[in-house]
Amino acid sequence: MTRPADYPPPFGTRDAIAAPSDPDDERIDVGVLIVGAGPAGLACAIRLGQLLADSPETAERLGDVPVAVLEKGKAPGSHLLSGAVVNPRGLRRLFRGRMQLADLPLFGEVQSEAVYFLRPRSSVRIPAPPTMRNHGNYVASLSQLGRWLGEQAEEAGATILPETPAARLLVTDGRVRGVRTGDKGRGRNGEQLPNFEPGSDLVARVTVLAEGTQGHLTGAAIRHFGLEGENPQVWALGVKEVWRVARPLRRVIHTMGWPLRSAAKYREFGGSFIYPMGEDMITLGMVVGLDYRDVELSPHDLLQELKTHPKLRRILDGGERVAWGAKTIPEGGLLSVPSRLHAPGLLLCGDGAGLVNVPALKGIHYAIESGRLAAEAAFAALQPGQTPWTPGALAVYDDSLRQSFVWRDLEAVRNMRQAFGRGFWLGAALAGAMTASRGKFPPTDLRTEPDSEVELLRSGRARRYPRPDGQLTFDKLSSVYLSGNRTRDDQPNHIRIQRRVPRELGELWVRMCPAQVYELGGGDGEVEVGITPSNCVQCGAISARGGRLTPPEGGSGPEYTLT
Amino acid sequence: MPTLVFLEHHDGELQKGSLGVLSKAASLGDEVTGVVLGSGVAELAPQAGKHGAKRVLVVDDPALEAPLPQPRVDALAQIVRDRGFDTVLFAGSVLAADTAAGLAARLDAGLNWDLTDLSSEDGRLVGKRPALEDSVYVDVGWKSEPRLALFRSGAFDPSESGGEAEVEEVSASFEDFSQAAKMLEQAHEEQSGPSIEDAEIIVAGGRGLGGPENFKLCEELAEALGGAVAATRAVVDAGWYPYAAQVGQTGRSVSPKLYVACGISGAIQHKVGMQSSNVIVAINKDPNAPIFEFSDLGVVGDLHEIVPKLTELVRARRGS
Amino acid sequence: MKIAVCVKQVPEGAARRLDPSTKRLDRSGEGALNPFDAHAVEEALKIRDASGEGEVVVLSMGPQKATDSLRKALAMGADRAVLVSDDAVAGSDLVATSAVLAKALEREGADLVLLGQQGSDSDGAVLGAALADRLRLPMFSQAAELTVADGSVRGKRQTEFGYDVIEAPLPAVVAVSDAINEPRYPSLKGIMGAKKKPQDALSLGDLGVEAGAAGEEGSKTEVYALGDPPPRGDSRKIEDDGSAAQQIVDFLAEKRLI
Repeated sequence: MTRPADYPPPFGTRDAIAAPSDPDDERIDVGVLIVGAGPAGLACAIRLGQLLADSPETAERLGDVPVAVLEKGKAPGSHLLSGAVVNPRGLRRLFRGRMQLADLPLFGEVQSEAVYFLRPRSSVRIPAPPTMRNHGNYVASLSQLGRWLGEQAEEAGATILPETPAARLLVTDGRVRGVRTGDKGRGRNGEQLPNFEPGSDLVARVTVLAEGTQGHLTGAAIRHFGLEGENPQVWALGVKEVWRVARPLRRVIHTMGWPLRSAAKYREFGGSFIYPMGEDMITLGMVVGLDYRDVELSPHDLLQELKTHPKLRRILDGGERVAWGAKTIPEGGLLSVPSRLHAPGLLLCGDGAGLVNVPALKGIHYAIESGRLAAEAAFAALQPGQTPWTPGALAVYDDSLRQSFVWRDLEAVRNMRQAFGRGFWLGAALAGAMTASRGKFPPTDLRTEPDSEVELLRSGRARRYPRPDGQLTFDKLSSVYLSGNRTRDDQPNHIRIQRRVPRELGELWVRMCPAQVYELGGGDGEVEVGITPSNCVQCGAISARGGRLTPPEGGSGPEYTLT
Repeated sequence: MPTLVFLEHHDGELQKGSLGVLSKAASLGDEVTGVVLGSGVAELAPQAGKHGAKRVLVVDDPALEAPLPQPRVDALAQIVRDRGFDTVLFAGSVLAADTAAGLAARLDAGLNWDLTDLSSEDGRLVGKRPALEDSVYVDVGWKSEPRLALFRSGAFDPSESGGEAEVEEVSASFEDFSQAAKMLEQAHEEQSGPSIEDAEIIVAGGRGLGGPENFKLCEELAEALGGAVAATRAVVDAGWYPYAAQVGQTGRSVSPKLYVACGISGAIQHKVGMQSSNVIVAINKDPNAPIFEFSDLGVVGDLHEIVPKLTELVRARRGS
Repeated sequence: MKIAVCVKQVPEGAARRLDPSTKRLDRSGEGALNPFDAHAVEEALKIRDASGEGEVVVLSMGPQKATDSLRKALAMGADRAVLVSDDAVAGSDLVATSAVLAKALEREGADLVLLGQQGSDSDGAVLGAALADRLRLPMFSQAAELTVADGSVRGKRQTEFGYDVIEAPLPAVVAVSDAINEPRYPSLKGIMGAKKKPQDALSLGDLGVEAGAAGEEGSKTEVYALGDPPPRGDSRKIEDDGSAAQQIVDFLAEKRLI
């Protein structure tokens, strides 16, 4: 039987790690370099700004550009996507008395919530599992929040460099020196176009990787420095839409069950969320673990199918779809977090480090807190008499993270996801036991199996996806359009996969991809896989199942604003 | 509503677009005056009468010989002020756009452009203009007079009402700065032929063609119709046709009079590049292809059979 | 030699929508440098670099957010930016916009004024001619090629009939088409250096323009209503029974297309 892991992508860690190569006068020097303008990276930048404002001597020592944040999207927020119901704890600690929650772009406190188990035409309300209680939390658009955090970071003195991907991690003598940014202006075959602009070596005293899910350099760094966690990381793919609606939704809703199948053999772990965004908008999404087995499963189409449920029809009736997006979520929990989150000159934060509480569907406040703690560790290591690249210089980051609420929360739920690998019913029972025992059960931690090692099967599932009607349900290309994706088409292909694979694997990719990037040629046993890289919304799903997403030219990909 | 219509000419002929606007203005009821500006252009005036002008003003001056906008602004400003026209209409073109805009600045007059229609509603003049790649239409107006309007190229067809116009020669004086730009060479044909953005007829090919060799079908039909060939992103990506011919969200936007889509599904990324085409004919063997939702004539069938037959028929018709 | 480039920030992509309350383009979201203006900035930089000396100033009129576009131009290599930012300019039409920008340009006294052929937000292709008239300078548009030499600018103007070669003495105004060049990507150094380049903010008062001459008050056109596009007439769908080709020909003849 086919396993994606048997067809590894033509990509190696060495492709992402290199020594600096620019001559000294072309190198760009910054103080602290942060890769990723998401909640983790921006929290780090903001905290550093606060610390440097109180310590002008340190700021001076860091040179012209004390804090630089690289963002591969068009602007902070362009590539950010989440549900989201945010625990304000991280934001409160970050802005510590300088700001009220009312000043933040949030959509209001969660008033009430409900959890349903769905069947094709009906639903059963079930009590909200304790890990899923959202009292005191706020609905937010992560994209909007990211844009706002970007403005705060700039005001705090950070230099944000949009449309700038980090293509390689610069390492010499076992020490991280910075990153090399991506080239611009290459043609489809890699040739230099008339306006070719090569990337630059950006050198820094401390490099913070806050790349988010499937972090390109984060993965390479973990392997290079031997930082792997106990369990391999696993991911889920989330696909979501934002709708303008005729009637306000007054509660936060989570569902389980249909259209996912509960039998253990399918391994369809996930569910959906429907959140109000103010009076006239809602967001809804479907999250599916990428260890599913059925080649015909299509997360994009599952969301479309979900919308045909009577409960959802009622909510969406009279409304209009205004946004769409997709992104992966790391689901391995604490046991998949790297064993160490620092190396000489390097710190790892946020989703890239796997700091996500799966049963509570929370990661944003952990990202913010980890970014904040990374800033403090970096700042301490930049004081006179310290060098951030001596081994152990940044260990205070790991220590402080382990003493924080981030670690406490993740410990309590560390085996939850693995339990659901055994199917919904058994998983729910195990999860209940874990919650009741606050994580003391089970006595031995459960293993995860990498998504790419799961064996595939086929079930005829695709027959049940609704035909897109352009009003309630939509096709993938319309969704890609709505994500704002206008990637330049004649640039090199940024997706690394084997191009000739068994038909089953090819079909898996075609269905899995929410953006219709892959297409199959003819043939029975093995097929050619065609790629349309310009459709790619950089969700990262392919990296979990036999391929590798690398960052394309800066500014490519979606331009999310409401996700 | 004394209306003045700018009549552009080229190679001794009044432009179809201008005559179309003239016909439209005449249909709105009031007295319409046409104006022809150039050097040695007196004999063009009578053509205007046939299309609805009651009077044609001719400004014949060497300063107006080259088709440059600024001397035209001088002349038009004088005419509008002296004769009290409250509405000035232009058919869209490079020259007309620059002239209309310069005139707007000169007279501090409102200019609405890219209009596809004009009407009188409740005593005021209302223009209709498309926006956001023709997905929305906007009603626009003027707060004061004179009112300047620039119409989308090809918005109106000329119709002959068979009248005769009074021709009057008018003289004008020109500013120094208006005469500073000089035409050194005029109206060279582009070697590479019109880009698809300028083509009035486009035959476009998509995946349904089956392979690059079948673009020949599109090329032959385009030739028979006198148009250009375009392609969807999918086939350009696959290397079936060059990037310069790509129509769509990340390629070019086109708005020809006729767009024949062969084997194109009509995904939104393509649609936004061609939906403002005047007439869309789609040929696709999939009856559910989205393109049928926005085409004027949808043909469900095998393009490999239909297109060659169509080419033959068009050739035959043209030949006769 | 001083080259002034007028640039505009425009709303982008799928996020573009008309605001039903103002019936105008909703400019509150993300914006980007008008792609046509990027060609103008590039051309100005090329002219400056070719002559080895000179200054490229970029000007824009708009809300505070318009600084994003100015910064992008500075990152590409422009030397200085000027933003005319005043609440009173919101909702300006061509008459009002050209009046304000002309005053800002007069203040600069540039040898050459460049701008993109049109805005991707309103597809007008009109601002250049209006500016030139107010500045009383020679102009031409749709320039697909430009050379500056001996105190004049010579360009290839593309029209419906082919291309013309036009020459104007400096100072002059030229609107450039997107065929003229391929705008450069700003280098990282350029992006980081942009912040340090001079950026002036001017109010209408600084320009000596009355508030009433700008914005909606100073505009001579207005928007009445938004509506759906007219239905595509009688749209037909047929299945080929062998006669499709003939039916198409008949249809085209009916529409007077052949």
